[in-house]
Amino acid sequence: MFELVVLSVGLVVCMGILLGLGIGITARVFEVKQDPRIELVLDALPGANCGGCGLAGCADLAKAIVAGKQTAAKCPVCTSDGASKISEILGTKTGQNVVKNVAIVLCCGDNVNAKSVVGYNGIKDCKSAILVSSGAKGCKYGCLGFGTCAEACPFDAIEITDDGLAVVHSELCVSCGKCINACPKNLIKLVPETVKVHVFCSSPEKAPVKMKVCKVSCIGCRKCVKNAEKNQMLMKGFLAQVNYDDPPPPELVEASGCPTKCLRRTDDH
Amino acid sequence: MTGEWLTITIGIILVNNFVLAQFLGICPFLGVSRKLGPAIGMSGAVIFVMTLASIISSLIYTHILNVGLSIPIFGHIFKGNLVFLQTLVFIAVIASLVQIVELALQKLSPPLYSALGVFLPLITTNCAVMGCVLLNATKNRSLIHSTVFGFCASLGFSLALILFASLREKLDLAKVPKSMEGTAIALITAGILAMGFMGFSGLTK
Repeated sequence: MFELVVLSVGLVVCMGILLGLGIGITARVFEVKQDPRIELVLDALPGANCGGCGLAGCADLAKAIVAGKQTAAKCPVCTSDGASKISEILGTKTGQNVVKNVAIVLCCGDNVNAKSVVGYNGIKDCKSAILVSSGAKGCKYGCLGFGTCAEACPFDAIEITDDGLAVVHSELCVSCGKCINACPKNLIKLVPETVKVHVFCSSPEKAPVKMKVCKVSCIGCRKCVKNAEKNQMLMKGFLAQVNYDDPPPPELVEASGCPTKCLRRTDDH
Repeated sequence: MTGEWLTITIGIILVNNFVLAQFLGICPFLGVSRKLGPAIGMSGAVIFVMTLASIISSLIYTHILNVGLSIPIFGHIFKGNLVFLQTLVFIAVIASLVQIVELALQKLSPPLYSALGVFLPLITTNCAVMGCVLLNATKNRSLIHSTVFGFCASLGFSLALILFASLREKLDLAKVPKSMEGTAIALITAGILAMGFMGFSGLTK
């Protein structure tokens, strides 16, 4: 038995070496000169291969950038440092500074404030939980807190709080957008990092309906709209929303005195 | 003598066509047959890999694996042969050959390289190649016989692939019912083509 193993292993190793040599020699003979800039651009890209750009990975994007088919701005993860480094390599200008986007979960109804109306003992996964009457929570537009988005995040930027609410850590978020597709309730949006104040509610229902199921929903009282400059806050049906093209200052939180406290700063969330 | 070789050749190209009669190598047959150009390129690559794989694996099989060995190793004497290693050894040979073809194609014809895409490395797992070398080994064919067998088998593969690609190019222009579009009609065409090849079955004994 022992000699059989030695002989087999020896034969396979010898063959491996010979075949490897063959390939190595061919690789030398048929060497293809690649644009050296592709390698440099690849180094400047984040290298997470998250697919946020829509291409197969960072190497594909690097090729496309060097070929002039794409720009560094296509990469949602790339910081402005990285982008300017890439444009330096290519000898072009970035144009404007790339504003970093971050994902945000537009719901603040944790298990304390937005109670479940029925018991759910199924698989701990949001996509499974919504299959029966859109989940156990009273609010049909609320975060279920099973962490499907946190699992989808390749950068561990989403935390599920003890009270069962998904919260994005904006310093870790690179806006690859994976969580947006993961959330069956469509609560996650990409917003500019510079905007610090949000309405943490996504329910379009009327105020009495929302109040019954959640203590921290937007009841559409328009206090924030009145206290903000024109167009900084928008009403969409019964729901106030931050205008991300013309965002209000963070002080709006104190000035408006949102009665349900669903208008919050990102930091207090 | 000539008649014998003719029988082998026609037998493997037409009568026992690898794709249409033995159903080996269906993956590239369906995958690279959308256009004629890549299909011809794929055929060339498969002919190269299959012929070389037949030669090398036949040499390895007859001179290393299928030899009654009696070697002393560390005081023990090994008696027997290493035929049980054939699958492992053959797949390694095929994989390295595919690597070599890939490197060469990348240099010699980049458009063909990108047109073949993932199907080029997938020749490694093309069961037609593996089937060919394993058939050679189990039938204990001589070096010349296995070389001819491998070459003709790959010719048969190419014939089927090119015929099918031409048919599919014509199909693109034809009015196909909505429910039959794409893969459905392609599979039906492949079936009819296979039935057509059954007509050759009387050619050889």
